[in-house]
Amino acid sequence: MKKFKEKLSGRIFFIFALSSISVLALITVFIIVKGAPIIAKVGFFNFVFGMKWSPSQGEFGIFPMIIGSVSVTLGAAALGVPIGICCSIFLAEFAPAKMREFFRPAIQLLAGIPSVVYGFWGLLFIVPFIRNFFGGPGLSILAGAIILAIMTLPTIISISEVSLLALPRQYKEGALALGLNHWQTIWSVLLPAAKSGIVAAVILGIGRAVGETMAVIMVLGNAVAVPLSILDPVRTLTTNIGIEMGYASGEHQQALFATGIVLFVIIMLLNSFAQYITRKR
Amino acid sequence: MVQNASKISVSGLNFYYQKKQAIFDLNLKIHANSILSVFGPANSGITTLLRSFNRLCDLTPGAHMEGQILLDGKNIYAPDIIVTELRRKVGMVFDVPTPLPMSIFDNIAYGPRLSGMKSKKLLFQSVEEALKMAALWEDVKDRLSMPAASLSGGQQQRLCIARVLALKPEVILLDRPCSGLDPISTAKIEESLSHLKEKFTIVIAPHNVQQAGRISDRAAFMLMGHLIEEGPARAVFANPQDQRTNDYITGRFG
Repeated sequence: MKKFKEKLSGRIFFIFALSSISVLALITVFIIVKGAPIIAKVGFFNFVFGMKWSPSQGEFGIFPMIIGSVSVTLGAAALGVPIGICCSIFLAEFAPAKMREFFRPAIQLLAGIPSVVYGFWGLLFIVPFIRNFFGGPGLSILAGAIILAIMTLPTIISISEVSLLALPRQYKEGALALGLNHWQTIWSVLLPAAKSGIVAAVILGIGRAVGETMAVIMVLGNAVAVPLSILDPVRTLTTNIGIEMGYASGEHQQALFATGIVLFVIIMLLNSFAQYITRKR
Repeated sequence: MVQNASKISVSGLNFYYQKKQAIFDLNLKIHANSILSVFGPANSGITTLLRSFNRLCDLTPGAHMEGQILLDGKNIYAPDIIVTELRRKVGMVFDVPTPLPMSIFDNIAYGPRLSGMKSKKLLFQSVEEALKMAALWEDVKDRLSMPAASLSGGQQQRLCIARVLALKPEVILLDRPCSGLDPISTAKIEESLSHLKEKFTIVIAPHNVQQAGRISDRAAFMLMGHLIEEGPARAVFANPQDQRTNDYITGRFG
């Protein structure tokens, strides 16, 4: 009887564990089944590199959106990565214990703010700021990049900080005993040694930026065109789905699912790259 | 350099970690160009003493000290002392080898580069010289560009010694440098230490009494933060003045 109970509880936990995996499998199958036909019909090359997106006329080219996603994400990385890494160095190496106790939960809180709030804030403050100081419509790559940079900070900071703190104490002491000063120790010993963790942090942060939808819908302007400057409005893969899914049907809907496939692949690649790098350690 | 001049002189040293006292009223003179073994059971304050000589214990939060440590007659805790310069003068080798995450060559060239040596030729010379002094040159001369982490434990430890030597220090502190090493690597390190004392002052925390007996000119026995006895090594080991030293050496405790 006891043995039976043991076995039963094991099974029950297994079923619950399966449920989370099976949702992943279901979603994957679902978007592939829904989206693959349109890719097959239009042709993979025409779909991914097509310049024209006009579903009512049967034109399904998502290249402007890919450019949009890439440019906003790169912009976010250019702003967020240096700030994030410097912040993690500060927390791991310079901050007094009291300050660290304040900073850490504050940064975690940043991760807890709903993305629509970020978008709303961006629309009310950042967009007008850009319009007034740099010109253009304000709704732009730059606005999206700023919002996403802020949203990726918690990921980048906490993972880089953990990887800096996880370094053996001997690295630091060995370097200091050589007569290096604190900054030389950080730059030439600690950062190289924590490199894999920091790179993983950056990639996970970028993954978050690529997938973000709600915040950027509100500040990007959503024009389907290849942008010429960072002050131009763009549409990303995610916002394309978010905006049009509500009224799309037929081939149009299929094309949105196909957009989802492309997004899915990009994020999978980024995440597995991050996993590969952390494991190599 | 005058033989037997005192290189480091410690007087009235009390050391605390927060409220816990680790070293009690310690007075010690360390002679130049000799090997001093500071030995004793774990938790006797030996590591703390060594780390106070190059101010590495400044890093521990809540640590503070009273008393004086003079290097060549100059207080190393004086406000005008530049700590990074002090640490280059008083090099340290740890119980766990600490190669930096870079190549063998760069590990050793790092110190000289920092002090402004740019010429490739000079750098190579000082790397070669340091590796030869640490008895590692023959092992690694064909693979200087390999990562230092690819060396064996014993080689890594000799690399750390070479790295300290390349800084042209005056004093070398070794904190149980052979504790994780096999007897052959240990013998190699002891062998190179006996040559090095001609140029440097060496303070070593040996990992056992036998090692202390093999290599030292003078020996100091510490117990629970107190310096029990210090003197010429032969005298301390053959004819200890204090009962506790005798008990420890003969293996009655520790």
